[in-house]
Amino acid sequence: MHEFELESHYVTRVEGHGHIKVKVAQDRIEEVRFEIPEAARFFEAIFQGRPYPEISLLASRICGICAVAHSSASLRATEAALGITPSPQTVLFRKLNLAGEMIQSHILHIYFLVAPDLFGVGSVIPLAQSHPEVVRRAIRMRKVGDDLCIMIGGRHIHPISAIPGGYYKLPAIKTLQGIRQSLEESFTDLDATVELIQGATLPDFSFPSEYLSLSHPEEYGIYDGEILSSKSGPTPEAGYRNKITEKVVSHSTAKHVNTEFGPYMVGALARFNNNYEMLSRRAKEAAGKLGLTPPCHNPFMNTVAQLVETWHFTEWAIELIDELCLRGITQEELHYQTSSGQGMGLSQEAFPGAAGKDKPPYQITPGQGVGLVEAPRGSLFHDYTYNAQGLITDANCIIPTNQNLAHIEAAMRDFLPQIWDEEQPRITGALEMLVRAYDPCISCSTHLVEVEFIK
Amino acid sequence: MKPKVAFFDFTGCEGCQLQVISLGDDLLGLLQVVEVVNFREAMSDRGQDYDIAIIDGAISQPADIERIQAIRKQAKTLVAIGACACLGGVNSQKNFRSPEDVRRYVYGDRADLIPTIPARPVSQVVPVDWEVRGCPITRSEFVKVISALLRGLRPIIPNYPVCKECRAHENVCMYDKGMVCLGPVTRAGCDPMCPSFGNFCFGCRGLIDNPNLEAEKEILKERGLSLEEIIRFFRFTWGSLDIAGDMYQYDFID
Repeated sequence: MHEFELESHYVTRVEGHGHIKVKVAQDRIEEVRFEIPEAARFFEAIFQGRPYPEISLLASRICGICAVAHSSASLRATEAALGITPSPQTVLFRKLNLAGEMIQSHILHIYFLVAPDLFGVGSVIPLAQSHPEVVRRAIRMRKVGDDLCIMIGGRHIHPISAIPGGYYKLPAIKTLQGIRQSLEESFTDLDATVELIQGATLPDFSFPSEYLSLSHPEEYGIYDGEILSSKSGPTPEAGYRNKITEKVVSHSTAKHVNTEFGPYMVGALARFNNNYEMLSRRAKEAAGKLGLTPPCHNPFMNTVAQLVETWHFTEWAIELIDELCLRGITQEELHYQTSSGQGMGLSQEAFPGAAGKDKPPYQITPGQGVGLVEAPRGSLFHDYTYNAQGLITDANCIIPTNQNLAHIEAAMRDFLPQIWDEEQPRITGALEMLVRAYDPCISCSTHLVEVEFIK
Repeated sequence: MKPKVAFFDFTGCEGCQLQVISLGDDLLGLLQVVEVVNFREAMSDRGQDYDIAIIDGAISQPADIERIQAIRKQAKTLVAIGACACLGGVNSQKNFRSPEDVRRYVYGDRADLIPTIPARPVSQVVPVDWEVRGCPITRSEFVKVISALLRGLRPIIPNYPVCKECRAHENVCMYDKGMVCLGPVTRAGCDPMCPSFGNFCFGCRGLIDNPNLEAEKEILKERGLSLEEIIRFFRFTWGSLDIAGDMYQYDFID
């Protein structure tokens, strides 16, 4: 007979605060909760009344871990709402920037957050003593992704130069080629990482689910495309509300997100399952070595899928750099935009010295737009409505971890009977490991707060 | 014995903690001279015995106040890092609407369950010994401040405006480009990153000690911004600062 309660306050090595709460009585699971006591930040309310040139700067501040993804989703939503079309060069740079963030974020998760479990230690710090070569490799690999982001946005956390319609400043070909060299050199480290993860034994667990991700006809889509469900097929991004529903659940104030089939999974494993064919050759080889084949229904394998993706994004980044170098980089003329004050009211006539070659301000027409990109942890939606002054009147953001919450709880519930004969600390450890596999990023607390109800 | 260091996060994006994790070789160096006993984002240990507390994020929930007071009691030295901990940061933008309104917009009929208070910097609740400013902090300044602290020295943080650094970098002035910028009154030390990458300064390092805000307002007015727009711009990260008298008080809700 199984009867116990356990709580793990502050699940560590995740980005944000999370609690696990489980109650089992007479072999019956009475309660499984993944709670998030992270302070609410009210970003959607903050967006209201602010002008379009500021929004992506604000949006990246939702999350320092996936600042580029928030910035990109935000720029795409603003452009969709205001009818701005970025140039092919801009799109290439945005894709390259997202690839860089994927690399650094996946390596952070694999080495800093998951690897301590593989070595049986509490953090990466003791590894610096016992396995210095592993820590140095982790630092080296992260740096490649980080440098790529710094080169394009000015810095990784909170990109500076990316604005609606383009970039204020672009890197020189020579800088791109330097990063290309580092990307080439990281193949050796990627091989070593595959070896490291091959040695890990992950729990054998199958939890067949609906997987949701972007899908693009020509590439492993992370910047644009359609929403693809493994169960119901494609939905255009602007129609996301027809596919997913945010709802407030009775035990929690976090809005859980469901499709018509219930909980679903987003993130590396979902992308891998949905878009396997689009992966690069060496990413597929790595998947083969790691025993990852689509469809994979084991959420613990999300970390493995992240490693496979890191292969892909490294190769893809090289391809994108080659394409940019071949095209040549032009500092494009930008439409005139000011900071706080909108393009409105200010004109080049009023400021003859103002950025001479730039085009006049955008003609703002009110409208609504949706921007969907793949953040490292899964599909990220920004949805804005602008008024005629270029100010936001309505905003909605749906972040990956929010979408995974219901799935995390369902998977914990399913997984529990498999481990409940173990000692309690081991059960807690296994559940923490399961949560960590999703790489939850709770700091994106746009509307992601759970509160314990005292009865 | 190595000093014990603990990291604690409050309301923010965790980008500043990520900057610390991203120190690379400097992180390995830091670990040689201090013992990190609590860093939830990166480690399982949750030590409560520490000498130096490093805080990121703003104070924005009722429970935060007790938590930061307990940390202050334990720590010999308290360091606030990043715009949220030092200034309240972008979180403070919500302070200018009624809390009910803000909560209802985001959480609908569950709004009552979300406890929130106006976002504020750590220094408005407990004394802060050192600050590392910026949104996010820069890695080099973090290393500079921490290593000064460990040696018992006072780190020199610039008390002149961003404009001075911009000139040294030969950046084209944002105002000459027809943009507007808070550089003239914002504390430098950022290696004018935003203007160098073509974007305006929105004041993430806070004000210099004697800012001429009236002059800044005049310049912005000349550039066609209405008073409402000027206030909105100032509030990008300065919403928790007690500055400019009536400009801030007339609808500040506490």
